[in-house]
Amino acid sequence: MKFDTPATTNPIDQLKVVGKPVDRIDGPLKTTGMAPYAYERHDVAPDQAYGHVLGAGIGKGRIAAMDTAVAKAAPGVLAVLTTLDMPRLEKGQMNTAFLFGGADIQHYHQAIAVVVAETFEQARDAAAMIQVRYVREPGRFDLAAEAPNAKLTSADSGEGSGAAHEERIGDFEAAFAQAPVTLDATYTTPDESHAMMEPHATIAAWEGDRLTVWTSNQMVAWGRRDLAKTLGIPAEKVRLDSPFVGGGFGGKLFLRADAVLAALGARTAGRPVKLALARPLMANNTTHRPATIQRIRIGAGRDGRITAIAHESLSGDLPDGQPETAVSQTKLLYAGANRLTAMRLAVLDLPEGNAMRAPGEAPGLMTLEVAMDEMAERLEMDPVEFRILNDTQEDPEHPGRRFSQRQLVRCLREGAERFGWNRRAAKPGGHREGRWLVGMGVAAGFRNNLVMASGARVRLDGGGGVTVETDMTDIGTGSYTIIAQTAAEMMGVPLEKVAVRLGDSSFPVSAGSGGQWGGNSSTAGVYAACMKLREAVAQRLGVNSAEASFVDGEVRAGNRVAPLGQAAGVDGLVAEDRIEYGDLAKRYQQSTFAGHFVEVGVDAATGETRVRRMLAVCAAGRILNPKSARSQVIGAMTMGVGAALMEELAVDKRHGFFVNHDLAGYEVPVHADIPHQDVVFLDEVDPISSPMKAKGVGELGICGVGAAVANAIHNATGVRVRDYPITLDKLLDRLPEVA
Amino acid sequence: MNGEVRDLAVDTRTTLLDALREHLQLTGSKKGCDHGQCGACTVMVDGRRIYSCLTLAVMHEGDEVTTIEGLGQPGNLHPMQAAFVKHDGYQCGYCTPGQICASVAMLEEIKAGMPSHATADLTAAPRLTPEEIRERMSGNICRCGAYSNIVDAITEVAGRQA
Ligand code: FES
Ligand code: FES
Repeated sequence: MKFDTPATTNPIDQLKVVGKPVDRIDGPLKTTGMAPYAYERHDVAPDQAYGHVLGAGIGKGRIAAMDTAVAKAAPGVLAVLTTLDMPRLEKGQMNTAFLFGGADIQHYHQAIAVVVAETFEQARDAAAMIQVRYVREPGRFDLAAEAPNAKLTSADSGEGSGAAHEERIGDFEAAFAQAPVTLDATYTTPDESHAMMEPHATIAAWEGDRLTVWTSNQMVAWGRRDLAKTLGIPAEKVRLDSPFVGGGFGGKLFLRADAVLAALGARTAGRPVKLALARPLMANNTTHRPATIQRIRIGAGRDGRITAIAHESLSGDLPDGQPETAVSQTKLLYAGANRLTAMRLAVLDLPEGNAMRAPGEAPGLMTLEVAMDEMAERLEMDPVEFRILNDTQEDPEHPGRRFSQRQLVRCLREGAERFGWNRRAAKPGGHREGRWLVGMGVAAGFRNNLVMASGARVRLDGGGGVTVETDMTDIGTGSYTIIAQTAAEMMGVPLEKVAVRLGDSSFPVSAGSGGQWGGNSSTAGVYAACMKLREAVAQRLGVNSAEASFVDGEVRAGNRVAPLGQAAGVDGLVAEDRIEYGDLAKRYQQSTFAGHFVEVGVDAATGETRVRRMLAVCAAGRILNPKSARSQVIGAMTMGVGAALMEELAVDKRHGFFVNHDLAGYEVPVHADIPHQDVVFLDEVDPISSPMKAKGVGELGICGVGAAVANAIHNATGVRVRDYPITLDKLLDRLPEVA
Repeated sequence: MNGEVRDLAVDTRTTLLDALREHLQLTGSKKGCDHGQCGACTVMVDGRRIYSCLTLAVMHEGDEVTTIEGLGQPGNLHPMQAAFVKHDGYQCGYCTPGQICASVAMLEEIKAGMPSHATADLTAAPRLTPEEIRERMSGNICRCGAYSNIVDAITEVAGRQA
């Protein structure tokens, strides 16, 4: 089905099942431990051996020699495969760093061997017995030091944000020079780790030249293609199954070493092999959100209207890598006639930088929305009013090009009202409660809405049951449930009558889970398949499909009523289709918006920040399931608090690696860090987006949160910190005098 | 093991977690870090919660181990499991069995009068406040960030119990 004109009334608009806050259909499995994650599939292949991956102990250089004799002779060892045993493997289409093969070390903890043994303990032990002789080479590990060598680079995150290497509208420099009120500030955001709870894990089994991997991957079709490419075998010979993913956040978008080495280990050992990347290997072996240094300049008239805005970002990556697209939202968020955005990329020899939840916007808004707060302060304006004054209803770089929906102003107004914004002390440091300095902060949330082609197969059985199959993944987002809701609505059956099977590459290729496109796009694909199934049902029953209504397990047309299952016959009835998109996304700017409000208390003596209240008001199209959508948003808000207050991969600039590479050293928010969170979804349907009239929320929730926390800390203390995370050492010597 | 006697011969290096997951194929207990940093492997031993990755299986001969599988099953959910479903106290589900085991044991700790860092008066019975729950559950990381909902689920069950 081609979606190239705005949606009109369709069966989804009945909203009998869609739009309801139903419990997740996979909830009983997840809460009882019965949902099978990749490493846990004891049933899928007999006689599974255990693999253990060894990572390189240097940041850059090459391996001169590896001695595996002791490891090979260790008890239970079935195979030892080292990176010297094969030439460098071809790279997957989505990979920047090479995953295995050859003597060259591109980054710390790059996989250099896999040991296969009868037990986990034996494999791990033997891996430690491999002797490696390295030849170290000097590397580029310091982003700031590499700034002079950085090159202007355009990029598309592939996740909805992107920018040209340099974009100019009007004359930024002249307008900025003339503006009576200006800000010129530089901010930094650190490298961050996805730190999803389930490590990358794979079970691999060969049958002749056919390979099956049970793995944990957000994008089944990409993973299959890139695994085949890396191993040098045809994609048709590979099956990838990923029905439950224990968190991804972008870290499992791409093929990683676990799948490659499980497959190679299984081939070498002649046995199915299961392996997981050890937690301490993950931060350096896989991908991370790259650090940025961002300069923002804003000029405004005394009336508060922005006349000039510039956002320049520097980030680093391995050779052939990409910049973090941190300037992307600045192209669209606020009005202003004279504009400049630019991205520079430095070559670094640290592990691969790549997408993490809202790549581009997450770090971009952490700085832009603090800059807006600083400007409001200089203008002596309320930061909510300053943002509202500079709202735009059209793409500021392309006047005349409208947003499909843009309710940022309502998000901010309604948020301010609900949060009690009027109780905020305009003067920083003006609100004290015992030992706590209390402050409120606001930030706009912005994230583009991407639509992706997505396919599904639906099967109707004689009992009126509907089964949906698609290679879509559920990474905690609620895909199982919203897909079931969609099929139930379309076919006029209760939710219990729908079974959903996901994540298998033998199912039709879906949008997958990334860039907050998954919910809207995958359900639109199910919509398309169900439309086809409705046609087929009508035809079987000999009624006109345009007149047929699908209600309560029945098909009704004129005075005819037939049970839905009757159309299935003994063999069942199957339909498959795919949603594809025309140029609506070009003609209209499709974005999602939020107003984020945060209240913090900062300990007047220690500088410790505690988040006390959080509210997000979101405008993101039709909300398919308010319960799981809210969870997406609170989860993202939580990650936003982490980015603001604690998350930072510490770079060892001499040896070139992330030092705090486990969950003890890389701090993420825990229960005690997170207060009750409120989320409000504005009533919105977006017929430009898809037949579902929905958009994404999973990343919108993080966009702006970090800045709202930072702005609240400033409001509480009067201290402006421009370097994330805002840890207490950065506040301590600047806190107001304790009375 | 969840009320049954199980005989196992394991490597002395095998953790309780791997004995569960690999030897008994009880994969409800999760391995998030294998280093006592995340709580995904939380089970109850003799009624007390424990990180099963930080203890060796051979140390538990004769102990009573309760895992998520022993609490309830689909169709027969433990009240805490049902509350997690109702409040959407999870997303990816990977930390969830650990959160549920921890919360069941944690409520018993409060009942037994064990204080926490959030307990203001160490001699009085600890109260069931959100602060107490958050403090006591902080050994169980949820990277999906379901905390707000998890606390709602626990609070509901605790209210029902009291
Ligand atoms: S797996 Fe045991 S604490 Fe993380
Ligand atoms: S539900 Fe994913 S980590 Fe908690």
